[in-house]
Amino acid sequence: MSVLPCLAQIPESPAAAVLFYLFAAISVASAIGVVATRNIVRTALCLLFALVGVAGLYFLLHAEFLAAVQLVVYAGGTLILIVFGVMLTSKSPFSRFQPKTIEVVVALIIGAVLLTALVAAIVQTRFADKPPVAGADLEYPVRHLGELLLGQYLLPFELASVLLLVVMIGAAYLAKARRREPEVAKEAALNEAALSQTARKWS
Amino acid sequence: MTILPSIAFVIDPKPSALFQTSILQALGIDPANAWAQMGFSLVVAGGFFLPAVLLMVMLFIWWERKVAGHIQSRLGPTRVGPIGILQSLADGVKLLVKEDLCPKDADALLFRLAPYIAFAPVFAAFLAIPFGPDLTFEPRLSAGLFWILAILSVEVMGVILAGWASNNKWSVYGAMREACQMVSYEIPLGISIIVAVMSAGTLNMVRLGHLQSGGLHTWLMFRNPFVFLAFFTYFIASLASNKRAPFDLPESESELVAGFHTEYSGLRWSFLFFAEYAAMFVVGGIQAALFLGGWNDPFGLIGRYYHEYTLSGNTTGLIVVNLIGAATFTLKALLIVFVQMWLRWTLPRPRIDQVLYACVKVLLPLSCALLLGAAVWQLLIPELYGVPWFAYNPWRWQSWSGADAVGALVTQITLGLVGLTLVGLIMMWILYAIASGRGHKQRLTDPDPFPLEVEVAKA
Repeated sequence: MSVLPCLAQIPESPAAAVLFYLFAAISVASAIGVVATRNIVRTALCLLFALVGVAGLYFLLHAEFLAAVQLVVYAGGTLILIVFGVMLTSKSPFSRFQPKTIEVVVALIIGAVLLTALVAAIVQTRFADKPPVAGADLEYPVRHLGELLLGQYLLPFELASVLLLVVMIGAAYLAKARRREPEVAKEAALNEAALSQTARKWS
Repeated sequence: MTILPSIAFVIDPKPSALFQTSILQALGIDPANAWAQMGFSLVVAGGFFLPAVLLMVMLFIWWERKVAGHIQSRLGPTRVGPIGILQSLADGVKLLVKEDLCPKDADALLFRLAPYIAFAPVFAAFLAIPFGPDLTFEPRLSAGLFWILAILSVEVMGVILAGWASNNKWSVYGAMREACQMVSYEIPLGISIIVAVMSAGTLNMVRLGHLQSGGLHTWLMFRNPFVFLAFFTYFIASLASNKRAPFDLPESESELVAGFHTEYSGLRWSFLFFAEYAAMFVVGGIQAALFLGGWNDPFGLIGRYYHEYTLSGNTTGLIVVNLIGAATFTLKALLIVFVQMWLRWTLPRPRIDQVLYACVKVLLPLSCALLLGAAVWQLLIPELYGVPWFAYNPWRWQSWSGADAVGALVTQITLGLVGLTLVGLIMMWILYAIASGRGHKQRLTDPDPFPLEVEVAKA
């Protein structure tokens, strides 16, 4: 059972096993759905179910904070922004995703490399037989997590937040740079012309 | 000036043992059996929570129409049942037999799925709502508050999909407004919650309840002035994230027909409504649990008797205390819901740019300032959080000065008095409105109080 160690050691109780297989089935089926659907919004929906399934798995591992983060960041934030972007940009409501052959090849190569890396990592990792933390720490993991983030791992944490800030400023700059001064003036002139035309028509 | 270390809390959230064990024992089943526990959870979720939430939502819809009626000097529903209380049931029957339409050009799969995606997360949020010390579905959830917020943000996905899949421009406008409004108001909402959580030091809903069990002045809202203000920013942001008026732009009927649910009919339409009204209760519940002391009464009696009965092992007493606590909690949440309804029928609707302006340029800086202030306050005024209130009398000056927390007591008493004054003023206002209002509402069958002939003659 060294290839699939996670299957060998899941259930603490039969009830948890049932839930594990339920959530695993949801996430795998909808992950396949993400790849198989061409409609972008439907893809987003499948992704939602995949994320919710993984959040359920986190729950079974008593990592509630991680499950909630998964939901709030990916399901509640990223996915909504994807759908929002589709709504703003697509011409038809059922815009389909049509990849070129070269894109499919590149995607296949990247997928194969990632899969190999993941399988290798899973095979090589030695999974613990028991939950690593027992007793009081398990009772209150959020506090533990916060202390780690703001203590031992403060520097990477702050670096990540600086990165996010840079991304935000860049996005704001790009959004603003698209409307340059002459364009704005031209637009205003056009608006004014249209207005005066309307006024003439009405008078 | 010393900063008190958080005193280890005596009552730890137990795995909802009280009700589960007593009911399973009464049925003659071994309470330690994992299958029995899972079955019990399923029965509670499907057989109690789901019907209770649906019933509550139906009651809310009737209540909203009553409130709207009385605010607009009408009577609201009166015909079905006493004071029209069965109106929602009649509406439900009507919606059940209505045809379930799906537009020809809509994305049928998404269109049919979206109402459930909107409702399921709101229902899942009830997992962590603390109705009582032992009446929480999952009291061990160490990130309960965060979980509710996270799952409520998934609800938006259902609304957006509903609008998008309808393939109707009004629906898409509604969905887009919902998306940008929700994504931006989530930030002040979260920050306001952090302000309160900072003075509590926990995200577990049951712990939050126990922390505030020492009477009115130990409720988080009255712990420090920044949490007091965060109460209001949270309320405004929660209105917006719930798409309640004055932020009901996703469904503004005067511009977008009905926004994201223009194309819906029958049961699916009612599921979208179930989601909205259940989310109102959830948001009100968070506010009650986080700022208003959860299941505790203003005198700290529930916390005290809960502790006493836990020590003496009085199961009947514990069940009674829990039920009283649940009633108190529900009452507080209902009060918040009432204010939401009251605002809906009082305030006009702003434009979408005004809504976003209010979020990004007013509410967001305000909540950030509150966060900063709350952080500094924690350093300046030592606070007794995590204190088991039953161990000493929180109303006695000596206990506080002994623990070097006089500043905290002064703050709490001042803020408590401010809060009581506010509530008193609002109550007096309502009483004045009731006393000075017309007791008799005009009906069409009544004679015209301003007959046309008389008015014409006067003119």
